[in-house]
Amino acid sequence: MTAIEAARMPSRRLGRLWTRWRTGLFGTWLNSAITIIIGLLVLWLLPPLLRWLVLDATWQGTSADCLAQDGACWAFVAAKLRFIVLALYPIQLQWRPELVCLLLAILLAVAAMPRFWRRELIVGGPVVIFLCCLLMAGYPGPSRVSPNQWGGLPVTLLVWAVCFAVSVPLAILLSLARRSRMQALRLLAIGYIEFMRAIPMVAILYFATLMLPMALPAGLSTDKMPRAMIMISLFWTAYIAEIMRGGLQAVPIGQEEAAASLGLGYWRSMRLIILPQALRMVIPGLVNQAIGFLLATSLLAVIGIVDILNAAKAAATDPNWLGFYKEAFLVVAAIYFAIGYGGSRYSLWLERRLGRCGPH
Amino acid sequence: MTVRSRWLRWMVASLVGAIGLMSTAAYAGPTLDRIKSRGLIRAGVGTTPGFFEPDNNGRWRGFFIDYGRALAIAVFGDAEKIEFTSSSPQQRLPALQSGEFDVLLSGVTITITRAFKLGFHFGPTIFYDGQGLLVRKDIGVTSASQLDGATIGIQSGTTGELNIADFFRKSRHQFTPVTIEDTSEFVAALQSGRVDAITQDSSDLVGKLAQLKNPNDYVLLPERLSKEPLAPAVAGGDDRSLEIVNWTVNATLQAEEWGITSENIDGFLKSDDPAIKRFLGVDPSLAEAIGLDPKWAYNIIKTIGNHGEIFDRHLKPLGWERGYNRLWTSGGLLYSPPFR
Repeated sequence: MTAIEAARMPSRRLGRLWTRWRTGLFGTWLNSAITIIIGLLVLWLLPPLLRWLVLDATWQGTSADCLAQDGACWAFVAAKLRFIVLALYPIQLQWRPELVCLLLAILLAVAAMPRFWRRELIVGGPVVIFLCCLLMAGYPGPSRVSPNQWGGLPVTLLVWAVCFAVSVPLAILLSLARRSRMQALRLLAIGYIEFMRAIPMVAILYFATLMLPMALPAGLSTDKMPRAMIMISLFWTAYIAEIMRGGLQAVPIGQEEAAASLGLGYWRSMRLIILPQALRMVIPGLVNQAIGFLLATSLLAVIGIVDILNAAKAAATDPNWLGFYKEAFLVVAAIYFAIGYGGSRYSLWLERRLGRCGPH
Repeated sequence: MTVRSRWLRWMVASLVGAIGLMSTAAYAGPTLDRIKSRGLIRAGVGTTPGFFEPDNNGRWRGFFIDYGRALAIAVFGDAEKIEFTSSSPQQRLPALQSGEFDVLLSGVTITITRAFKLGFHFGPTIFYDGQGLLVRKDIGVTSASQLDGATIGIQSGTTGELNIADFFRKSRHQFTPVTIEDTSEFVAALQSGRVDAITQDSSDLVGKLAQLKNPNDYVLLPERLSKEPLAPAVAGGDDRSLEIVNWTVNATLQAEEWGITSENIDGFLKSDDPAIKRFLGVDPSLAEAIGLDPKWAYNIIKTIGNHGEIFDRHLKPLGWERGYNRLWTSGGLLYSPPFR
């Protein structure tokens, strides 16, 4: 490579980029028209949005200061952030939900890395989640905190983690049942999965709050949170089971026959031969579903559980800060977006990585 | 194969049977025993500014919340022994019926169907609400009867829609309804002049008033188009818990009638009036007869205050006038039976 060529390299790369952009945006008449229309739309929308978000916004002061300005009221967010994130949890025990968020974040980060996909994680994950529940409930310590006082981000994360951790093993059993040679068991599994997938999650939540307590015998816990967790887990199980079934179907039939010819029984051949291969294949699908489930936990708001969305709504009913719904919802949207976008980037990365190494 | 599936069938049948049996065994025991053994009252609340709202630290405050704390004082002598849970309008009543809540402090309107059909009891009305009209001042109207030809914003799907139509039909006036779905849009429509007035329960309108840019440009008309008496409700089948709710409310009314406040209550301990002596437990005969702590009323007024104080603390800052919610002695509807 000559010196001249080396000097021209960056400009050539820039040039390539420019060509790609130009053909992409202005390659044909139609593309040019669309580009111009979208450009105008952005020009039309951006200045008022910027003015509302930044220029006219109130950064500190009271509700009256905010009402005097036309822009967003970030002073409200500053005053209410603690409430939106932790909601009704007693303030003197605030370190508990904070620790829970941290623990769950660490668990999530560890579980996300393929190098930690070992037997210890299968045992350790549920233990950590269970520990988080105990921490939230006030153990170890003198004062109990009832689930009705839990709220905000820890609730969103905890409901998600608990239900997912419960659903996955149930779903594995259910997907095996659906492929079982026992007719009755298979029909039951099919019936369950199809029934659950045919009803919306909101109906499940209403069932958990309105009908379950009538059906439970006296003396059993009547807290809304555990009831909702049970029903959501049962609901998610059906969805995850279908993903699992896809993985099971993708394992070549020869694998099962080979296991049988080695003299392995049903459970051992499943545990040692079939499931490890099937699980490997369903991981990207499972991650996508998990992100969807996290966003779906916002439906908890309809049954009055103070998850992060409901906490934001409640924050705007404070007489000192009435009606700043836009700001409250923007904050929550940003949090959901951060988690959801992070998750979807992760699943892309994971798919590429697993694809490179091959599914086995 | 047949053995297995028969066994499965039997299992499914017994499971279905068990669920059926359990559903008939819904809890219906005395509320007060349940509260005492738990050491905590469970109350269902809503979220309306002034009535119930969590503060920055997540502590509940508001008009109904104070009544909940007063109830905890009457039962346990401790204002903190009550747990508030917000729940949506659809689940409040079933949650009370199923025993998830011991008392509902979410501002339920007393109606005859609820009283007869839903299996719970209402305490006394602690707040007289009603559908009101929030009007722009610049249209020069001071009474609802002058609203001929006005454009009025109505939240869709509420009973308010029917009430306002009835009201105008009765007064033979014309009006243009504008149905609005979203709560925040409601305020914007009034502010931008798209409508001359908006109508809703006045408890909601007061909250809206505080969100308007120049609250002084608007006025809440004195008329009420509907009756919405808001009261605490307790699960049925326990007379004593209902009486405790009744008399907790009455204590705050009676104290106001006598002019006893949280500030001056200790002065009243030396009062010669035998009724006040019984009320404050200086003479314990009344409390002994009803089986409550002699200091229960004293503690309620000392920690929470009388009805007027509770009103002033939570609703006055939002711009509420007491209106119907004054004592009968000053022309309102609030009246306590005698403490005798």
